[in-house]
Amino acid sequence: MTQPLLAVNGLTKQFGGFTALADISMHVMSGERLGLIGPNGSGKTTLVNCISGTLPISAGSVTLDNRRIDGLPPHQRARLGLVRSFQLPRPFGSLTVADNLRVATVYAGRSGAASMPELLEMVGLKGKADRLPRELTQIEMRKLELARAMAASPRLMIVDEAMAGLSHTEVDEIVALLLQLSAQGVTIIMIEHIMRAVMTFSQRLICVVAGRKVADGDPDEVTANPEVLKAYLGE
Amino acid sequence: MSNAAFWALSAMLVAALWLAGRLVTNEYVFFMGYAVAQYVLLATAWNLLGGYAGYINFGTAAFFALGAYVSVAINKLVAVPLAVLILAGAVAAGAVGLAMGYLTLKLRGVFFSIATLALAIVAQAAVTNWEFVGGASGAYVLRPSEGPWGGSYVEYLFYVMLVMAVGAVALARSIERSTVGLGLSAIRDDELVAEAYGVPTLRLKLLVTVLSGALMGMAGAPLPFYVAYLDPPSAFNLSYAVNTIAMPLIGGTSTWIGPVIGAVLLTMVQQTAMVTISSAFNLMLVGLLMVAFITLAPNGIVGLVRSLRRRA
Repeated sequence: MTQPLLAVNGLTKQFGGFTALADISMHVMSGERLGLIGPNGSGKTTLVNCISGTLPISAGSVTLDNRRIDGLPPHQRARLGLVRSFQLPRPFGSLTVADNLRVATVYAGRSGAASMPELLEMVGLKGKADRLPRELTQIEMRKLELARAMAASPRLMIVDEAMAGLSHTEVDEIVALLLQLSAQGVTIIMIEHIMRAVMTFSQRLICVVAGRKVADGDPDEVTANPEVLKAYLGE
Repeated sequence: MSNAAFWALSAMLVAALWLAGRLVTNEYVFFMGYAVAQYVLLATAWNLLGGYAGYINFGTAAFFALGAYVSVAINKLVAVPLAVLILAGAVAAGAVGLAMGYLTLKLRGVFFSIATLALAIVAQAAVTNWEFVGGASGAYVLRPSEGPWGGSYVEYLFYVMLVMAVGAVALARSIERSTVGLGLSAIRDDELVAEAYGVPTLRLKLLVTVLSGALMGMAGAPLPFYVAYLDPPSAFNLSYAVNTIAMPLIGGTSTWIGPVIGAVLLTMVQQTAMVTISSAFNLMLVGLLMVAFITLAPNGIVGLVRSLRRRA
């Protein structure tokens, strides 16, 4: 059996006496498209923060490509190819679109990555390289967020709610973009509330409820799982 | 501006000031020139951390006075050339910068600023109780009557300070254009995101804190010879911290020329006000200018010129 790209084992995160994540184990295979769902406040973003290093974990381990990474600072994880985008777009406000990408390329990028014009072309921001983020529309901002993540030449990209608040067609646009990235060989974890997007995109689904993993498997089976239904719809 | 043009202009500036200095018979001109160059150096040093990385340092006086007092201490022990004192001041202030950075750079925003203010107060208390360098009653330093190349010693100090200021500006300019500068901008805009995209935030912040502190120490090292009598209230004067923040803010913090413009302008205005109006008035003047710029032109003179140009 091939080794997973990312493996999380027994990950627990406590804030004081509150257990935000309890004994989470999961893995992502290379090239896989994984969806991560769960009700608001279930710990999805905390899980992302723990995997990417923004928050230290209380127990358990995180390995990337067989290498233990849970002790590394975030910037070193980014350099190893573990890149995440942010829930609300957080561009570098005083830097142009091009310089926003340049930060990621210079500090986390590896050779052989897509060039800046290619990236801008791909997300449709070609003519806006010299603009400041505040001059962009909401969807352009989301695309900038994704392009910046791509500029870091990720092996594993965690996309945290890149589509919240977008229109129907805009959601389709972002899903198409993510599928294109996946086709280029990037492993992607998508965290999303928009089920249409998750179901189109994911090959496998994990559901987190109140800090515990309650389901992991085929998207159709997971969405039919009684525990998942209970979490979303109540009893 | 290309690198060649920058260096040519810098060399021409130094040469022109040197030639002009040949014609000057009034020593006050060198006193004033020294003050301008010293503030160009201090403002540029402050801007490395404050302007590029967005960490506001209220402790300029601590680094500056440390450089000055290291000079006093070494000068009491052995007679060494000024260059050695400057180097020692840089090393000492840089080391304090490293220690302070390590302890405080995990604090964000206003908490970092409060910590730097505390550093200045602690350092002043320590020096005030350090009898070897004069303690509270201050230290007298004999200023040589002549510079090593003839001319008055103050004239010599002016050129030394001028060369350091030009060097600091060149350093700031090269940092601004390097990948370090790009990383610092990212830190200033959103530190957490910068870290998530591979920027080694702690290392970059420590680097500029050390450089900034060392440059401030260098600026302070010749001070005892400039003033001839140094006591803690004057070396740790709040006006150093206030001026050093006001200058980049007035000139513009985003680029190397901003602190230079702010320092030259503000020092000249202050020196003129001190001679023609009163010495108490000039701090008030700084305050008024700072309020005016923060409300009317938050990006300083550089930002003002840029927006006018864009409109034209």
